[in-house]
Amino acid sequence: MTNNADMYDVAVVGGGPAGLAAAVSAHDAGAKRVVVLERDVRAGGILLQCIHNGFGLHHFGEELTGPEYALRFVKQAEERGIEVKTSTMVVSMDEGGKGGKDGGHIITAMSASEGLIEIAARAVVFSTGCRERTRGALMIAGTRPAGVLTAGAAQHFVNIDGYLPGRKIVILGSGDIGLIMARRLTLEGCEVKLVCEVMPRAAGLARNMTQCLENFNIPLLLSTTVIKIHGDSRVTGVTIAKVDEKLRPIAGTEEYIECDTLLLSVGLIPENEVCAASGVALDARTKGPLVNQCMETVVKGVFACGNAVHVHDLVDFVTEESLLAGKCAAEYALSLSASKGAANEKNKTVSVHVEAGEGVNAIVPQRLDIAAGGNIPQGEGKARIMFRALDIFRNVTIKASFGGAVIAQRRAAVVRPGEMQTLEVPLEALSKGMAGESSADGGGAANGGVQTGVTISIETRGDK
Amino acid sequence: MTQSMTCIVCPMGCQLSVSKDEGGNITVTGNTCPRGDKYARKELTCPTRTLTCTVKVTGGVRPLVAAKSNKEVPKERLLDCMSIVRRAAVQAPVKQGDVLAADILGTGADVIATEDVSSA
Repeated sequence: MTNNADMYDVAVVGGGPAGLAAAVSAHDAGAKRVVVLERDVRAGGILLQCIHNGFGLHHFGEELTGPEYALRFVKQAEERGIEVKTSTMVVSMDEGGKGGKDGGHIITAMSASEGLIEIAARAVVFSTGCRERTRGALMIAGTRPAGVLTAGAAQHFVNIDGYLPGRKIVILGSGDIGLIMARRLTLEGCEVKLVCEVMPRAAGLARNMTQCLENFNIPLLLSTTVIKIHGDSRVTGVTIAKVDEKLRPIAGTEEYIECDTLLLSVGLIPENEVCAASGVALDARTKGPLVNQCMETVVKGVFACGNAVHVHDLVDFVTEESLLAGKCAAEYALSLSASKGAANEKNKTVSVHVEAGEGVNAIVPQRLDIAAGGNIPQGEGKARIMFRALDIFRNVTIKASFGGAVIAQRRAAVVRPGEMQTLEVPLEALSKGMAGESSADGGGAANGGVQTGVTISIETRGDK
Repeated sequence: MTQSMTCIVCPMGCQLSVSKDEGGNITVTGNTCPRGDKYARKELTCPTRTLTCTVKVTGGVRPLVAAKSNKEVPKERLLDCMSIVRRAAVQAPVKQGDVLAADILGTGADVIATEDVSSA
């Protein structure tokens, strides 16, 4: 394919807060032709149905509701004249080998107004968000009556469509979406009988335990799960039971709860079918694309950001990550445009793998791309590593180690699995380490025995 | 007399310890910012909450508009406020910030739109 003037500089797949922020920063970084492809009738993403507040404290310094946060970015995109195609669903990228070479990528999409369309872009940003785990994934026994739905689906019915999912509700899963819906449904006149959580600890934020459950006298049953659903055409009740330390139901603890609706709030899974089918490799742990410190995937010119990469707690962090992805996508697109499509041989890079060490679960980015020869590091000079703790740890030191030395660290009073952590790593420390090695391989075994990647670990300090 | 509570002002959810002596003086510990101290005192004397809800829209491209109270209302009156909200309706077009229900139940708080809904 040819790198021609009709091509977009950056195409963004998904017009939620991640995609909108990426489009805005791509524009501000000099990309003249930017398009956002959104499958819903309007841009704004999942925040449009999150009518509660708590968004924006970091990014805007104010507490906003979901729609208010989303609309700030919709307006920013409008002010910049960024094209946003709504009711447009991307179905594939670089299908049949078209595109994906040095000239950019070809996206195939279904548009309600234009039919089947192809969008050519030098750089692509995937900000496709995530979807909810369902009953099928949990394999709950019982019949298949109406009234079993995920908390997010119920949220859409209540807040966008104006329907109640039922009147007597049981919620499985103490994640924030479930807690928020417990409150929302109570405010709309439903009886939320209880929330049960299979783990011994609540999954959602402590503030939501208070403002959503305690303030409405809704019981939370820990180490409890739903083992059976009853009802023929409509849910009539569920059987709950306590579980042991291996999360197996304990015989004799079963209890029948009468209800007409079961809401499931049991996890989010990044949505990446389209990019994965086009060759973007995914991380088995995060279920999102493998990316570098610029949010670039393993496919040149294809970037990803937001919940599609890893599930976030705060949209403010989604915004930061997406502003970076958009900027890097624009820089890539502009350099491609300037070199008229020829592969840029000068910037050979070496990838340093980033690994989860002690106490750490799933890190992003999974690799740091350093300019070969150990010269000027790519990107900003600093990489922001994001990860979660495996458990609640107090009085810890979070460390990044490379080649046996600690290259970055910080202390924390407490870290929890439910709160994403960050650590800034100076890329210069990696370049220095690479300088004495061959530029042909990824910092290989030349030093025999010395670790070849960056390891992030959480260590409990011995002191009080 | 000491009680513990979770601060709800920001996602950190600091665990607060609040005590009141015979003289009625309140001491707050566990907060990592001044807003937590303010919250704890308020929670003990007159707990309030922001109400977030939806209001029916007539003649619009969507049936509902997302809304919130522009000031916090007494926590005990949330369900009563919802009775008013449930009966309210607004004609499209609605713009972010439009007042949908003024001075709800005499609390001094207005319920305002948090998004736009254009006419059908």
